[in-house]
Amino acid sequence: MAHMKYFYELTVSSSPHAHSPVTTRTVMRDVLLALLPALLGAGYFFGPRAVMVTLVSAAGCVFFEWAYRKLMKLDSTVWDLSAVVTGVLLAFVCPPTIPYWIVLLGDLFAIVLVKQLFGGIGQNFVNPALAGRAFMFSWAVHMSTWVEVGFRNGLHIFTTPDIVTAATPLAAMHQGMMPQASLWELFLGNIGGSIGETSALLLLIGFAYLLIRKVISPRIPLAFMGTVAILTFLFPRGNDRLVWMAAQLFSGGLVLGAVFMATDYVTSPVTKLGQTIFGIGCGVLTVVIRYFGGYNEGVSYAILIMNCCVMLLDRVGRPVKFGAPKKEGAR
Amino acid sequence: MAFSFFGGIHPKENKFYAEEQPVQLFPEPDTLVIPMVQHIGAPCKPLVTRGEYVTMGQKIGDHEGLCVPVHASVSGTVKAVEMRPHASGTTVMSVVIESDHQDTLCPEIQPRTQEEVDALSTEQLMEVIREAGIAGMGGAAFPTHVKLASGIGKVDTIIINLSECEPYITSDDRLAREFAPEILSGIGILMRILGLKEAHIGMEDNKPAAAEILRRHITPESGIKLDILPCKYPQGAEKQLIQAITGRQVPSGGLPAAVGCAVFNGATCKAVHDAVYNGMPLIRRIVTVSGDIVMEPKNLMVPIGTSFQSLLEACGFREHPYKVLCGGPMMGLAQYDLAVSVIKGCNAMTVLGRRNRFALEHTHCIRCGKCMDACPMHLMPLMMYRAERSGNVEDMKRENVMDCIECGCCAYSCPAGIALVQSFRTAKQRIRNAQSPVRTAQKPAGETK
Repeated sequence: MAHMKYFYELTVSSSPHAHSPVTTRTVMRDVLLALLPALLGAGYFFGPRAVMVTLVSAAGCVFFEWAYRKLMKLDSTVWDLSAVVTGVLLAFVCPPTIPYWIVLLGDLFAIVLVKQLFGGIGQNFVNPALAGRAFMFSWAVHMSTWVEVGFRNGLHIFTTPDIVTAATPLAAMHQGMMPQASLWELFLGNIGGSIGETSALLLLIGFAYLLIRKVISPRIPLAFMGTVAILTFLFPRGNDRLVWMAAQLFSGGLVLGAVFMATDYVTSPVTKLGQTIFGIGCGVLTVVIRYFGGYNEGVSYAILIMNCCVMLLDRVGRPVKFGAPKKEGAR
Repeated sequence: MAFSFFGGIHPKENKFYAEEQPVQLFPEPDTLVIPMVQHIGAPCKPLVTRGEYVTMGQKIGDHEGLCVPVHASVSGTVKAVEMRPHASGTTVMSVVIESDHQDTLCPEIQPRTQEEVDALSTEQLMEVIREAGIAGMGGAAFPTHVKLASGIGKVDTIIINLSECEPYITSDDRLAREFAPEILSGIGILMRILGLKEAHIGMEDNKPAAAEILRRHITPESGIKLDILPCKYPQGAEKQLIQAITGRQVPSGGLPAAVGCAVFNGATCKAVHDAVYNGMPLIRRIVTVSGDIVMEPKNLMVPIGTSFQSLLEACGFREHPYKVLCGGPMMGLAQYDLAVSVIKGCNAMTVLGRRNRFALEHTHCIRCGKCMDACPMHLMPLMMYRAERSGNVEDMKRENVMDCIECGCCAYSCPAGIALVQSFRTAKQRIRNAQSPVRTAQKPAGETK
């Protein structure tokens, strides 16, 4: 005798059957929101062209991601918003005068060569935006053409400006001189530099937002900036240790790199100790490059070099499993 | 008590659906399907045949070894002894009883007076508990008499689990509110068997009404302490509860007795009381029927063997059920057939609607590390997942896959929506297969990597 059967088309799957509202897309959305103050700041300091470069870069990244996945007959991943984040970060590390075609080439390199050829989101071993920037330095003149603040009205949105290079605070410090701008101007971002890097204040607002939303832990940014602070305090080149230290912290791409680039999930270690060492390593390399390198900025290369150590750093500081024998400890 | 455990998550509790619903006696269905497998260990052998008349509380299945008997939860006629769908997803031998709605009690069931109970020896008490068919009612359903027998002399702390950390479920909450004297009496019997003067009740701080009632009933001389724990999933997981209350860590691969602890569910304590004082075997239990699409969420006193279908009909639903779970959303088993019946370890039936669809598409692991922060066993789920994907059994072992308690914290918090628990279940099975030489011959070709 067959018992009564009821049929509701029930779904069967492994537990758990509940999920937190946090998804890859909401994480990326939070990162974009955290970058928003710096983007608005860039619009204020450098004029609308800075915002335009950022939008073009984001659109380029999304396009290349979509096109690559389409050509390779893979599922589209543009809705996870990671390509938008890459695009915005890539623009943030370019000068506001950058020609659009270079931006798009950087997008292509970052998305296709660095990210998609390794398998897409989660599979790349270096930060796509920073690798894109390193590639864009093939056009070194365009990548190091800086504008004076106050020049903003002269930047035309649609044409590539033809202007003279001005010295950034970092370039001055590379010569062992104190920058002309005051510390307060450095902190606010009223200085020359890349689109998104100048305002420490606005970037730190984004940092606070990411901490509140628990998107990142403060470990890497604090270890990174802390190391730079300690080293520049111990080995100052100016007259006043504290001023020199603060100037180093607030100039160049340090805050942007420490908060938004070094904390990239995919290319940073997962263990707490690994993250701390990663941050310290980034800090040491940054100071070494800034002090002794031929080029006056070290943040991006420091992070790229540390990205390559992540596989090793994942092996240190592994959590001791629950109920492990006392002696065994971390492997 | 001031201890806590590492990791954990705070899922939406959703207890409000059913927590204010008093326990109602569920009207007996016409037909009950009583599975012979309701505990961990050897399955019972049916003791009745088709056509036989059985009384309520009569033993209808038993076996030797690690096993507890199964009883008829109603009186009536045995319609069939055959394989039927089971909440675990398989089919098992079951006794199908057509109820005569008379509830004729088995003549062997006799209440005991306090003097008679006091006269029982430890061995006799454990025999009474075994004969009443009592297995852990928190879900795992380990035979209670075996836990007691192996704990005598080793256990110095007895912990009663009333934490109920799973969302939606309120059966232990209602149990504590409405049956506090029975629970405390059952705890007293367990303490007597284990020769202990002290017991701890672990309860999450989201059940103040139940805590207040328990506190009112606990006498200082009973030696029972009520420990209110901060609300965090999986507070009710055995190892985490022991750590939260005693600060001790059960060694990897070991049992709670290794750190001198024994954990019993609150409902088990009441069953022990019923068995010892009333002579009543375990034939009914409280089941929470809840979920976001259930019309009238309820806490029901249900005869073992009642089908999920009749529970669902009794409570109604607003829209097409998407998932029906035996248990809560974190660790519950999704059912494919509502003909499955309520068993001793089933504390809830959770019915979820389509808005609980998630993770149908997932991205690659983005290495955010949220799974590590959530894991109460201090494991690295992302590395375990990678090992499982690679198919390398040695890697899976090295990543401590066997220590996973399948609580689901990692999969809950994974932004990429990866089915981590499913992956670890697969990995555990692969490790077990690799360890048993008989099965190794059958392993799929892709596994030789």
